[in-house]
Amino acid sequence: MEKIVEVKNLELSFHTFAGEVKAIQGVNFEVYKGETLAIVGESGSGKSVTTKSIMRLLPKSSTEYKNGEILFGGKDLLKISEKEMQKVRGKDISMIFQDPMTSLNPTMTIGNQIMEPLLKHQKLSKTDARKKSIELLTLVGMPKPEMRMKQYPHQFSGGQRQRIVIAVALACNPKLLIADEPTTALDVTIQAQILELMKDLQKKIDTSIIFITHDLGVVANVADRVAVMYGGRIVEVGTVDEVFYNPQHPYTWGLLSSMPSLDATEEKLYAIPGTPPDLLDPPKGDAFALRSEYAMKIDMEQVPPLFKVSETHYAATWLLHPDAPQVDPPVAVIERMKRFPGSRYYEGNAGGVR
Amino acid sequence: MTTNMKKLPKDSFERITIDSSHAERISKPSLSFWQDAWLRIRKNKAAIVSMFILVFIVFMAFVGPFMVEHDPEDVKVAHASLPPKIPGLEKLGIFDGVGKLGSKTVNLYELKKVEVNYWFGTDSLGRDLFSRLWKGTQISLIIAFVAAVIDVVIGVIYGGISGYYGGRTDDVMQRIVEVLIGVPTLVIVILMIMIMKPGIWSIIIAISITGWIGMSRIVRGQVLKYKTQEFVLAAKTLGASDTRIISKHLLPNIMAIIVINMMFTIPTAIFFEAFLSFIGLGLQAPKASLGTLINDGYKFIEYQPHILFFPAAIISLLMIAFNLIGDGLRDALDPKMKD
Amino acid sequence: MAKYITKRVIYMFLSLFLIASFTFVLMKLLPGSPLASAAKLSIEEREVVYEKYGLNDPIPVQYARYMGNLAKGDFGVSFQYKNADVTTLIVKKLKYSAILGAQALIFGTLIGIILGMIAALKQNTVWDYGSTIIAILGISIPSFVFAVLLQYVFSVWLGWLPVGLWEGWKSSILPSIALAMGPIAIAARFIRTEMIEVLSSDYILLAKAKGANWFEIAFKHAFRNALIPLITVLGPVAAGLLTGSLVVEQIFAIPGIGEQFVKSISSNDFAVIMGTTMFFSVFLIVIILIVDILYGVIDPRIRLSGGSK
Repeated sequence: MEKIVEVKNLELSFHTFAGEVKAIQGVNFEVYKGETLAIVGESGSGKSVTTKSIMRLLPKSSTEYKNGEILFGGKDLLKISEKEMQKVRGKDISMIFQDPMTSLNPTMTIGNQIMEPLLKHQKLSKTDARKKSIELLTLVGMPKPEMRMKQYPHQFSGGQRQRIVIAVALACNPKLLIADEPTTALDVTIQAQILELMKDLQKKIDTSIIFITHDLGVVANVADRVAVMYGGRIVEVGTVDEVFYNPQHPYTWGLLSSMPSLDATEEKLYAIPGTPPDLLDPPKGDAFALRSEYAMKIDMEQVPPLFKVSETHYAATWLLHPDAPQVDPPVAVIERMKRFPGSRYYEGNAGGVR
Repeated sequence: MTTNMKKLPKDSFERITIDSSHAERISKPSLSFWQDAWLRIRKNKAAIVSMFILVFIVFMAFVGPFMVEHDPEDVKVAHASLPPKIPGLEKLGIFDGVGKLGSKTVNLYELKKVEVNYWFGTDSLGRDLFSRLWKGTQISLIIAFVAAVIDVVIGVIYGGISGYYGGRTDDVMQRIVEVLIGVPTLVIVILMIMIMKPGIWSIIIAISITGWIGMSRIVRGQVLKYKTQEFVLAAKTLGASDTRIISKHLLPNIMAIIVINMMFTIPTAIFFEAFLSFIGLGLQAPKASLGTLINDGYKFIEYQPHILFFPAAIISLLMIAFNLIGDGLRDALDPKMKD
Repeated sequence: MAKYITKRVIYMFLSLFLIASFTFVLMKLLPGSPLASAAKLSIEEREVVYEKYGLNDPIPVQYARYMGNLAKGDFGVSFQYKNADVTTLIVKKLKYSAILGAQALIFGTLIGIILGMIAALKQNTVWDYGSTIIAILGISIPSFVFAVLLQYVFSVWLGWLPVGLWEGWKSSILPSIALAMGPIAIAARFIRTEMIEVLSSDYILLAKAKGANWFEIAFKHAFRNALIPLITVLGPVAAGLLTGSLVVEQIFAIPGIGEQFVKSISSNDFAVIMGTTMFFSVFLIVIILIVDILYGVIDPRIRLSGGSK
């Protein structure tokens, strides 16, 4: 499969007045053509920062790229000039932000805002750009697009605005669409509509999507593959089935156990103890160890490498080391693993793996 | 990767139990609101320098008049219009008592046979400008400070009642404010001064008669914002009295914005006092304030610019210092706070 | 919107009514009332004064007449200027004040906007610090101190420009600069804060994500959004200019309203003081009203919500 974007060993820090925040500490992933990769994690885990660094949208004054490369179309996006980057943004890679209420310019008609990338990147004439914008608005399901073109953002509801933002993002048929929690700020019913729209549009225009979210329900709905981020690193990556039904990292276990489900038998919802690590002073070793009941001595000393679980599935935990003791994940996770062929709890498999 | 791993000692993989409360530990020392604000304002060099300047000026305003043997209000015609003379600085060619007499440049102290030194010179009536300057600064500061305190007291009470009780009370009180806010400060200040006899108190009253309105609006807005917040509702549910809610829950939260606004009210008051004195509605001689001193100095600007220079410099420094401290406080207490 | 404007106009008239009543009470309270001043006047002049004010009538009648005259734009007669009509006097002096005020407002705001833009776009550089220092000085240094300084340096010392009096446009340069310091400082600070806030907003990030370049970000997207709220400071700026004009005109001996007003204060010319006071009040109140309405009309964000600001 063709790789659209490949992030290699990305490391970056923010310089704040409190000190150096090591926001990303060596992140590797790739996005294939036509797929949706979901990046999940708590706030501050570095998921937004990672994608913003693909777009180079982080504040120049405080951001320091310490290492790594972001390969896109044969070029390292971290090396090209700002001018070249402007040609990539909005044309080859575009982005949808979390809050539709603030991501549109309040003093510009939405028509002008949709036409902007068309005029800029595709060099369309004003009439053609208008025509294309109306098409786009129809595509994202906006009724009466001709009339709506002349209106200002405050005349639209949150869901409608997110449709407009999506129309802007799709204007130039980007190869990669980055959606940074596009449904978090919306009502649940609207969320579903927007997710359906995005899935629908992806099929129509064949774009790859990086979908950032902290909502595992959304992930199951839209993603092909999932990367779980914690403390500025990817701790587990795999297909949706692999991560949901054969999770290996204790943090993923925690996330999955804390997800409410209708068929859950326990009354009490699981909560991961503690708080995310302070990236001003990141802990030595496995950042999650302090919050993990599965911690080992080595977790306090060395950062675990990514262990291979399958061709598509990797996890960064010392538990996967051949010398590590066998541990049982939480009950809720075992329940999930029972359904995954190849996991050691798979019930279809006679006698299990153990 | 695997070779590296092989080397790991066996006991590395021993399970350890981590006290999960350890993960909850707060890595930063707990700071009170004001401590945190102080830590932030300490980084603001302009505000810190301003604080030193302000402390110096305030100190001099109260000690300065006693540093020389001359009384700020003593008229001594024989010693009129002397240039500044500070012993020790004479050799540098400044503050050497040399001034113009007609078109000649002469040492006026020798000419007039004046034995004593006037550090900043004297005015046309022979009053010592050094002690007058600090006495005037003192009066200006007192006027500004008292006016600011009155603004805060009335503003907090009015805005607090209006915001806290709401409903009809608020309606009536806000209608009054809306009419008053239309009245230009300049106009009302001048009219007030004209009715009252010129003096410290009439200037204070004139400045505060409309000054409290801005503060009351800010306080009302803040009270409205906080009184619907959960912690106040919780206190109410627990049966706290109005007095307790206001003093323990509301006031501490709006304190910051009150202090910041006071930092901007004081320079405004200093300006209005000086302004009134400059257009002849201020204090009457022999009393001095920064405004009257500037007004006096302006009359002699062509030949004795130093008379104007000192009070003009002090008032500018004071205004700059207050504004910078106000800016610094605003940034330190709440970077998002705009009005 | 119409309801809002009506409400605001009603408040405007209430404020004016309050000021007018206050000045009337003041006239009755003042130790040197028109009667005392009239003693110095000739018989004919005294007749005019008596006639004009109907000073023998009961107070309520006088009050009603005074308010009626004001409504017609008649501010009474000056005692100092051989019973010159105050309204005519104000109109005659208005020209000079208006020239100074307009020059200070237009150039001051423009320079302020430029400084604020530079500061925001080059945040935390020498440019930013420079323009911030200018803004702090402009806000802090009283206009009369600045005016005196300008006069001393450019007129007395260097002799480049007239020391005072109105001798054509050249005379307006220094007083206009002195007055412009306020608008420069206020506009620069305001635009800087607004621009920085706008530049950190999500829609600017989205514009960047669309591939907009630096110029498009700054001018197409950010500038308009930062500029619109600047209208709100027009009220305080106008008030500042008016306050400044009283002293600046006096310092440069410009025959404008401000200078006239200060002169009338020292000569106890009450009719002129009252008339000018009313004129100033109307001027400021109307400006604030226009600003509020304008803001509601221009900003699409509040166009429909009826301008709650």
